[in-house]
Amino acid sequence: MFGIKKASTRNRHANRTRFGTFMIFLFLGLLGAFMILPLLYGILNAFKPLEEIYIYPPRFWVRNPTMENFSMLFKLASGLQVPFSRYAFNNIFVSVVTTVGHVVISSMAAFPLAKYRLRIGWLFKVVVSCLMFSSAVLWIPQYVIMSRLGMIDTYWVYILPALPAPIGVFLMKQFMEQIPFVLVESATIDGASQWRTFWSIVMPQVKPAWLTLALFAFQGVWNQSLQGLVFSEELKMLGDAISQIMAGGFVRMGASMAGSVFMIIPPFLLFLGTQNRVIETMAHSGIKG
Amino acid sequence: MTLMKRLKENYAWNRSRREDARRTRIPFKKELRQNYQLYLMLMPFLLLFLLFIILPIVSAVGLSFTYYNIYEEPMFNGFKNYVSLFANDDVFFIALKNTLVFAVITGPVSYVLCFFIAWLINEMSPRVRVLMTCIFYAPTLASSVFFIWQFIFSGDSYGFMNSILMKLDLIREPIQWLADARYSLAVLMVVQIWMSLGTSFLAFIAGFKAVDPSLYEAADIDGVRNRYQELAYITLPIMKPQLVFSAVMQISASFSVSTISMQLCGFPSTKYSAHTIVLHIMDYGNIKYEMGYACAIAVVLFAIMLLVKFLVDRVLALLGSE
Repeated sequence: MFGIKKASTRNRHANRTRFGTFMIFLFLGLLGAFMILPLLYGILNAFKPLEEIYIYPPRFWVRNPTMENFSMLFKLASGLQVPFSRYAFNNIFVSVVTTVGHVVISSMAAFPLAKYRLRIGWLFKVVVSCLMFSSAVLWIPQYVIMSRLGMIDTYWVYILPALPAPIGVFLMKQFMEQIPFVLVESATIDGASQWRTFWSIVMPQVKPAWLTLALFAFQGVWNQSLQGLVFSEELKMLGDAISQIMAGGFVRMGASMAGSVFMIIPPFLLFLGTQNRVIETMAHSGIKG
Repeated sequence: MTLMKRLKENYAWNRSRREDARRTRIPFKKELRQNYQLYLMLMPFLLLFLLFIILPIVSAVGLSFTYYNIYEEPMFNGFKNYVSLFANDDVFFIALKNTLVFAVITGPVSYVLCFFIAWLINEMSPRVRVLMTCIFYAPTLASSVFFIWQFIFSGDSYGFMNSILMKLDLIREPIQWLADARYSLAVLMVVQIWMSLGTSFLAFIAGFKAVDPSLYEAADIDGVRNRYQELAYITLPIMKPQLVFSAVMQISASFSVSTISMQLCGFPSTKYSAHTIVLHIMDYGNIKYEMGYACAIAVVLFAIMLLVKFLVDRVLALLGSE
């Protein structure tokens, strides 16, 4: 009756029925299929010849894989007003500048908030309460401000509003908080300036956090297209180019699918590379009430 | 204790603490001189944050009381925007209804789903966990290709959904999923859930991983029998901060649904069946250039978001406080 229970992980699993485990796997399998199949379908479509994309009844798998869509994409792309490479350059340039800027600015702001007690400490509370307000919601007033500053139709409209995204400072500050203060103190005693402490002592310690910020920022900007803010064709992003190709009608569906496959690859590679660090960082993402 | 009394006490306590702090703190000028590097480091963020987050919120409130078309200076017109918004704008109410439907259904559904999946995955081997994480995060990464759903829900018999249903003899005629006002909102919700599992899912996965396993052992000795009890008495209270974070993310996502509706259902959608508040803002801001009116809509949206955040906070506050 009062037997000592062995508290081990195996004991915990003894509470689980085999049926329950089966149901869990079934459930996860179905949900996983819901998540991944549409994507897979899109990728497969990029390799289908046109008559197979519009076959009846529609088929999931590709019968005669072809690279024709990709060559079509490049042919169509060279017919665009602006060379395709320009769109690709815009995407890469804007994404890299925004990502680096966001990470540097957010970490610089997070350091004083995490490690010192300054008068301006309340700023963090404001940042947390602004987490909800995404660009989509602030769209119009941001537009007004940018047009007042004469930024419409420049690269700035992609970059500047994305730099102070509150989630950056939020995650970074939470992560920096768990770095022992002794590190900062000993650097100060050794005569390092506050900047030096931040840049050479703290920053290398919070690598998981800045990789995470980089992933979030990159993925947001990479997929962005801002109709209404950018009119010059040579400043538009890849997404715009693809929707232009897609607007060409039925025949171009394959090519735009091929273009989308290109769009997916960079963020996905970045995620695969940083996945572990991201989860490490997100462990500190909680908001304490 | 009544709420009023509690608030008063809280206020008094806070004030006495603040006074203590004021007495012991060094003067601001001295702090600034000692820590000028820290303040310099804060500066870039602070400026951009003020310019692109705070100023937009404040100026939206200001402009909502004006008539403003970008080319001329704003003209004050009192509550006229709000009056016509609530009295004459039928489309606004459709948008409001749809947005609330998103907030009430897709938000909680994807929130609970994320939590549930993360909970299940947490006990699997690391390799399975990584695989599942990639699968569930993939749609968020590839958010630009959601137009693939156009193929799946395409209105003719070439659409995947239609062809499956027709083969199973469930329907005779192809359904106009995206153009039919009866279905478009439901389809959008499916796509929105598909896309919005990402960030909160990562937060939950990480949160579960961070729970100290010895707590479960202790609970086991104390008589916790199954995983549901483990969840209710240990995991949920510990993960409360993550729950708050993900709630914020979900509120943010479900109130800003716009692009997917525009791309999948067209703009404007049939009978405005897939119209959302953000689309309504874009309609007035980007197309009709009535910035004052658009800002009034935005202010209403902010208010609703804050209200929902407040309610969610109250619900989550119940966790672990018996």
